[in-house]
Parts: sequence; C-alpha cells; structure tokens
Amino acid sequence: MDAWLLEYLPILIFLGIAIAISVIAVGASWLVARQKPDTEKGSAYECGFDAFGDARSKFDVRFYLVAILFIIFDLEVAFLFPWAVALGKIGLFGFWSMMVFLGVLTIGFIYEWRKGALEWE
Amino acid sequence: MTQTFAFSSLVPALPELFLTVAALALLMLGVFRKEDGCRQSTLLAIIAMAIALVLTSQLGGSVSYAFGGGEAGLFVMDGFGAFTKAMVLLGSAFTLGMSGTFLEREKIGRFEYPVLVLFATVGMMIMISANDFMSLYLGLELQSLSLYVLAAYHRDNLKATEAGVKYFVLGALASGMLLYGASLLYGFVGTTSFDGLAKVFGAEHAVRPSLGVIIGMVFVLAGLAFKISAVPFHMWAPDVYEGAPTPVTAFFAVAPKIAALALFTRVITGPFGDLAGEWRQVVIFLALASMFLGAFAAIGQTNIKRLMAYSSIGHVGFALVGIAANSVLGIQGLLIYLAIYLFMNTGVFAIILSMRQKGRLVEGIDDLAGLGKTHPAMAFVMMVLMFSMAGIPPLAGFWGKLYVFLAAVESGLMALAILGVLSSVVSAYYYLRIIKVMYFDEALEPFDRQTDRPMRLVMGLSALVVLVFTFIPGPLLVGAKAAAAVLFPAAAG
Repeated sequence: MDAWLLEYLPILIFLGIAIAISVIAVGASWLVARQKPDTEKGSAYECGFDAFGDARSKFDVRFYLVAILFIIFDLEVAFLFPWAVALGKIGLFGFWSMMVFLGVLTIGFIYEWRKGALEWE
Repeated sequence: MTQTFAFSSLVPALPELFLTVAALALLMLGVFRKEDGCRQSTLLAIIAMAIALVLTSQLGGSVSYAFGGGEAGLFVMDGFGAFTKAMVLLGSAFTLGMSGTFLEREKIGRFEYPVLVLFATVGMMIMISANDFMSLYLGLELQSLSLYVLAAYHRDNLKATEAGVKYFVLGALASGMLLYGASLLYGFVGTTSFDGLAKVFGAEHAVRPSLGVIIGMVFVLAGLAFKISAVPFHMWAPDVYEGAPTPVTAFFAVAPKIAALALFTRVITGPFGDLAGEWRQVVIFLALASMFLGAFAAIGQTNIKRLMAYSSIGHVGFALVGIAANSVLGIQGLLIYLAIYLFMNTGVFAIILSMRQKGRLVEGIDDLAGLGKTHPAMAFVMMVLMFSMAGIPPLAGFWGKLYVFLAAVESGLMALAILGVLSSVVSAYYYLRIIKVMYFDEALEPFDRQTDRPMRLVMGLSALVVLVFTFIPGPLLVGAKAAAAVLFPAAAG
C-alpha cells in the first residue's frame, strides 16, 4: 500500500510547488503594489465577456464554433504526446494507427475549411 | 512488447473499414463539388452499403477476431454479427433510398445527410461486433452522435431542433450510465473484455457475484435499454420521432433499433451469459412494461409518427421476450421478429412519407381517411402491414410473435407469454383503427400521387415480404437459427 502511494510523491511535490508559486504571486502583489482599482482595471482582461451576468444574453455562434474547433485540435495533441513517448514500444501498428487518425482528422479539417467555418466574416 | 502486425488480421472488420473509407470519400466529394449533389451522394452511399452487405455475407462463416490478440480482440465477427449487420445495412439502405425526394422537396437536401447515415451505420456495425466494453462504447457513440445530428437535420424547424436537443441530452445521460456500469464492472472484475468477463462469471458459478458486479450490470442494461427505448427509459422516443424529419424517423425506427437489440443480445448472452438468474428479472420487467405501455399509450395518439413511436416501443417489448427466454429458440425468435419488423416498418414509413396534400406534408391519422377509395393500392399495402403488426395469423407479423412467445413458454416463462399475448390484443385496437379510418371514413382530401420510384419499390417489397413469408419461411428460419446458435456454443456442442 505505502510503496505505490510513494510513487505519487512527485505529484504531491508538484502540487505543493504550484500552490506556493500562485500564493506568492498573488500575495506579493497584494503586499507590495499599490491598489487603486477602477472599473476598467477591475473588468475582465481581453476576454470579451463579463465574468458575471445573465447567462441568456445573445452570444455570437462563431465563438462557439472556434471553441469547438479548438477542442478538437487540443485533444489531438493530448493523443499525440503519449503516442510520441511510447512510439518505440508500440511499433509499426502504433505508428500507422496514429497516421490513420491524423488522416481522418485532416479530412475533417478540410471539410470545415471548405465549409467556411474558419472564416470570421 | 513490439506487436507484429499483418493487414490480414483486419479482414473481419473489412465491411466497416470499407464503409468508413466510403463515408470519408463521399464527404470530400461533396464538399469539393460546386452544386449540392444530395442525390448522387445518396446513390453512392446506397451502393457502398450494398458492397458492404456483400462483404459481410462473405465473412459470417466462422468466428474471427480483430484488433487484439485472439479471443481478447476488441472486435468479433460471427454468424450472429453477419445476420444482424445484413439487417442493419438493408434498413439503412431502404430508408436512405426513401429520403432523397423528401429532403429535396423540403429544401434540406444536402450531401451531409447520406454521409451521416453512413457514419451511423458504421457505428451500428461496430456495436454489433463489439467484443469489449471499449469497442461497444466506441460504436455506440459513433452511432449516437450521428443520430443526434440527423434528428436536428432540419435545423430551421423548431420541432426538429427540439428533438435533436432532447435526444442528445437523454442519450448522453444513457451513455454516462453505461460507462458508469462498465467502470464498476472493470473495478470489480478487472477486465472489460467480453470473453474475460464470461470466463470470470463462468468460473464463479457456485459463488454469488458481488454486489458491485450486479450494480454495474444493471447500469449497463439501463444504458442499453435507453438506446432501444424500452420502458421505463422510453421518454425520448415519442418526441424525437415526432420532431425529426420523417425520413430520419424512418431510419431511427429500423436500423438503430436492430443494432441496439443485437448489442443487447450479445452483452447478455456473452459476458453476462452465466448471470441469467440476475438479469432475467430485469429483462422481463423491461419486456412487460414496454409491451403494455406501447399498447395503451398509443391508443390516444392522433399523430401517426407518434403512434409509430409507441408502436416501436411495444415491438421492442416483444423482442425482449425472446431475449428473456435466454435460449437458441429465444434468440432465433428475436432475429425473426427483427427481420419482419424491418420490412413492416420501412413499408409503413414509405406510406407516411407519401402523405402529402397539394405538396404539403400531413401527419395526422385522420388525414388517412378515405384512402381506400382515393389510393386503393397504397391503402391495401397499409392494411396488410397494419394487420401484420397487429399479429393477425396469415401474415408475417404473427409468426414473429409466435416464435418469441413459443421460446418464452419453452423456457418456462408462461406468465410472460400470456401477458404478452394480452398486450398484443390491446395493441390490435389502434392498428385496426387505422384500417377503419382508411376504408370506412369519409374522404377529406386525396393525397398527391406518389411518383417516386424507390418509395413505390419499398412499399411493394414490404407488402410482398409480409404476404409471402408464411409460404416460404425457410431461408429466414434457417438463417436466424444458425445465427442464434453462434451465441450458445455450449448448447450446440
């Protein structure tokens, strides 16, 4: 029980460092910098939308489209990293599986391009 | 552990691979063409399905595995798979053939439609051939995601988008339950492979399986019951059937139902084969509730698509009786039932698709009034199909019901069979009401003449199958028996 729990120690250390850095970053600016908030400074930075407000406001569907396309390619990268690390062990079958996957993804990409999903206007 | 890989090991999955490549090619073809070629894409998709059907028929001879070592492979191809896949391909091809004219008239004919149907069909075939909870989920999601989009295909129509969203939300919930059940099973047993699970439960014969396994199994069954719209997981069906464009409803009522029932059968006879004592009560409840709700809820309906939704819920109940029997006879009955159901339903939907007055689509049962005088041929086909659905003896529908009830009696489920027959009597009322409306009510306004070739072909073919089955039942009976025997290797040996 303890032996395999020990394997997760790096994650605990990682978590500790992450928490420490974020606390230091926010805390130091709180302690050292001068605080003079106004409406412009207090608003969401380069996000486009108010963080709090009515959820039923009108929302341009193009944002949604971009978000969906982003998720698809984000997930592709999430698949590619473990594949690249394990490539030596999974052999030709693993290699060609990923090539087929990328091929299918490319066809989807060509489709959305031709359909004009990538054009903002 | 470098795996050696030979392309010959992919042969069992050849029809699926072919259909996938065909769907991707059609997608590219459609998107690079200037004009919108819904018609050509539909034709090419049907040809692709025909080729896949030929490939499938070549593969069913023996049990073979793909994607993984031996019996632990993710994908299995056997006689049962070939039989049910042939039904799914026929159902998809028929309903796709009927949809071209409709989509063009409603001005929603785009080349994406046949591509989506192809993807859904690939998903269904993977479901049927699943030999692991991983591939089961993969196939189920490929099918479901395509179907969600198809339900909302008429995107400017309020009802269609509502149907799409409802189907999506409830379908996602069902998928979640299925995944949760599969994860519980994995947690308590340590494998997701069907063969692995079957071995563990087989070895456990003397011992009662742990509570976690039972809960996991019930969750999986609940998720699958959602997909076949068995009561109490049927709520989405009437709304989705009514809201979706009619060709899509026709597709929903046939191919995905057959695929999901085949998957249900494979899961219940494969990994859970030795847990019959545990799942039987669940399946009996699903069957009874579906049969009775299908019979009673359909009585008050005025919209024919909604009526068909309740009718299909009832039919799922009858099919589940065959599964509850848990024998070669029961599965044979189920397969016969599904094959007949396939032809009956495509025929009825061909007629629903022909219900147009002055170019306007109508869906009310009252609109059928006087059809016997204005369109005698169409009314005759509808009458034959309705009698068959009600289970009146000389027609095919009667034999479908007979075989499942016979299997239930053989397995000692006498009460289930009697209640099933009683619910069938109730359901006869609303089928006969349609015949009464067609032949004895005063005609309001005649339908437009049906000039579409494929539609008339499907109507004629379905009526022919339903009429002729009694005289030449041989091929279907033998095929279904061979397919069912594959799932019970112990009984055959």
